[in-house]
Amino acid sequence: MDFNFFIGLIAATFRVATPLIYGTLGELFCERAGILNLGIEGTMFIGSFVGFAVADATGSLWLGVLAAVVSGMLGGLIMSLFAVRLGVNQHVSGLGTTLLLTGLSLFLFRVVYGIQRIQPAIKPFQALSPFDDLPVLGPIFQQYALTYIAILLIPLAWWVLYRTNFGLSIRSVGENPEAADAAGINVYRVRTIALMIGGGLMAVGGAFLSIGQLGSFTFGIISGRGWVCIALIIFANWLPSRVLWGALLFGLIEALQLRLQTTGLKLPYEAFLALPYIVTIIALAIAGRNATGPAAVLKPYKRE
Amino acid sequence: MRKALSLFVLSVFVLGLLAACAPQEVVKTVEVVKTVVVEQAGETVIITATPAPEEAKVLSVYGIFATPSEEPWDRVIQDALFEARDAGRITYDFVDNLGYSGDLERVLQETAEQKKPDVIFGDAFGNEEAVRRVAAMYPEIAFVFGSGLGPSEPNLSVFDNWIHEPAYLCGMLAGGMTKSNTLGVVAAIPVPEVNRLVNAFTAGALEVNPKVTVLTTFIGSWFDPAKAKEAALAQIEQGADVIYAERFGVHEAAKEKGVWMFGNMSDQNELAPDLVISSPVWNMGPTVDYVLTAVAGGTYTAQDLKDFSMMAKGGASLAPFHGTESKLPADLVAKVKEREKQILQGLFRVDIDERQPPERSQPLEK
Repeated sequence: MDFNFFIGLIAATFRVATPLIYGTLGELFCERAGILNLGIEGTMFIGSFVGFAVADATGSLWLGVLAAVVSGMLGGLIMSLFAVRLGVNQHVSGLGTTLLLTGLSLFLFRVVYGIQRIQPAIKPFQALSPFDDLPVLGPIFQQYALTYIAILLIPLAWWVLYRTNFGLSIRSVGENPEAADAAGINVYRVRTIALMIGGGLMAVGGAFLSIGQLGSFTFGIISGRGWVCIALIIFANWLPSRVLWGALLFGLIEALQLRLQTTGLKLPYEAFLALPYIVTIIALAIAGRNATGPAAVLKPYKRE
Repeated sequence: MRKALSLFVLSVFVLGLLAACAPQEVVKTVEVVKTVVVEQAGETVIITATPAPEEAKVLSVYGIFATPSEEPWDRVIQDALFEARDAGRITYDFVDNLGYSGDLERVLQETAEQKKPDVIFGDAFGNEEAVRRVAAMYPEIAFVFGSGLGPSEPNLSVFDNWIHEPAYLCGMLAGGMTKSNTLGVVAAIPVPEVNRLVNAFTAGALEVNPKVTVLTTFIGSWFDPAKAKEAALAQIEQGADVIYAERFGVHEAAKEKGVWMFGNMSDQNELAPDLVISSPVWNMGPTVDYVLTAVAGGTYTAQDLKDFSMMAKGGASLAPFHGTESKLPADLVAKVKEREKQILQGLFRVDIDERQPPERSQPLEK
């Protein structure tokens, strides 16, 4: 195990963490406004599909990202229709949204591309290497633009949530919608916008997988990463800065287990595969002991 | 009120999902006009009497799959059936993505009951007992299913992707091409279908290069291409310079790092034309052909159709080298071609080793 092992490990950590940062930040906006958005897995999936399809059709990867954002915002809008406007149980509407968007993506994929022998592919984003000349540490900075943007979004999300009026509205409808309403805040509108922002962010996480890392859209591309984000948000105690640490911790263990598998350690491979999840559960148990979510999460608001 | 609303919303979602699952391929219905006798108020009325066409009967075939048709394993089966349909031998329709929680059994039984097809193709993995249960209820229909288990009398035949022979040939190529004596395999889950490919690949590599070490990473799912890519990158960091992509996703890692790779299941050269040397290819054509001929001739029986998915009968093959051939040493290619010929003639047998491969194999000599 030499020094390069650690360099490669750190570089991989950021790659694995990127979709999780987007997804968890998206979920942060939703839950801060009082909505548990279990539509995340489906929203990431449709972002992944729309991002790929638009990038393929237009030849522009950034247009793909933009289209993914729009699709995610529409996903958030669907979620808000049920969970906010109609006040439907958030678990039901969230899982329903995931089922709907997943089925819709696969359906549209088949409509557009048919059943092909080889997965349709495009040339994906290439990693930037701003510090190529830097000895030894250079490879760490060979990351996708979307990874850098994800990290920059963390302070931005903090600023929006804690330093703007809009952020205050989001947090207040998530804590006490009745009081917020009495103070003149339109609870429905704020929650809807928060869900749309959240959906847009989640969709970028999905698009990162299809047009950042792979250049293809396939079923199974999200593979439960959305559910990991649901756990990470609790680990992060609903704080933007800790979203980053949570995602990086998961990314680190995942990158580590892929490397440990082939070192010839005499452990069943399942033990390695389970490692990121076990560590997340342990971290959750420790960090999540005093975690308290926004008080109004799961409670539909009905204006009297 | 809210409960009613929840129920309504849920049912809308479920409907949407069902619509999304609906089959895309429209059945090309062939008019088979029969003489139909109807009893009507005591008197017998005979409706229509167009004579049946003299040409060979077009068989009615259905496909019932647990996974989506985009999944490579399913796609190989679908390809062969589409081909038979396009050639006018069969009418074909399918339902896919049925999963492992009971839907497949229900749809399979409905299809058998209502459509009364001549043959049903499908995959029984994860639904092994359900498929055998339904097959036993409809002995007049030929059930031909991908399965990890055996055939079942009187009408359930099984097949699988027995492509360990071309995997062995790919291993020989990999062993000859590596400079670091380290190969990588990115595989799904250690089940027999995967293990025998990895073990054959390793055995082939060791035949030409006894110093080779094979790193095998299991990604723990059938489809998680981003994880497969990360696994390949990790192997490349550990020195692997030729990677066998049992799973999809590796090609992007190969392109980034410029290492050789092999595809799997179909000719995957176009994923990275300069880097994909070859792929073990599975072809369901011989299996479909054999079954259709047997059913049409009335000689169909339950059996293990394994041989029809192996090289000698054209069910498996080594994909062409395409543009990479000029980069391969001529003596290595000659050696591989010789083995290929011996396999086709039945003079060389690739061992079927379904034990779980080690994550880091031992070289035969240091």
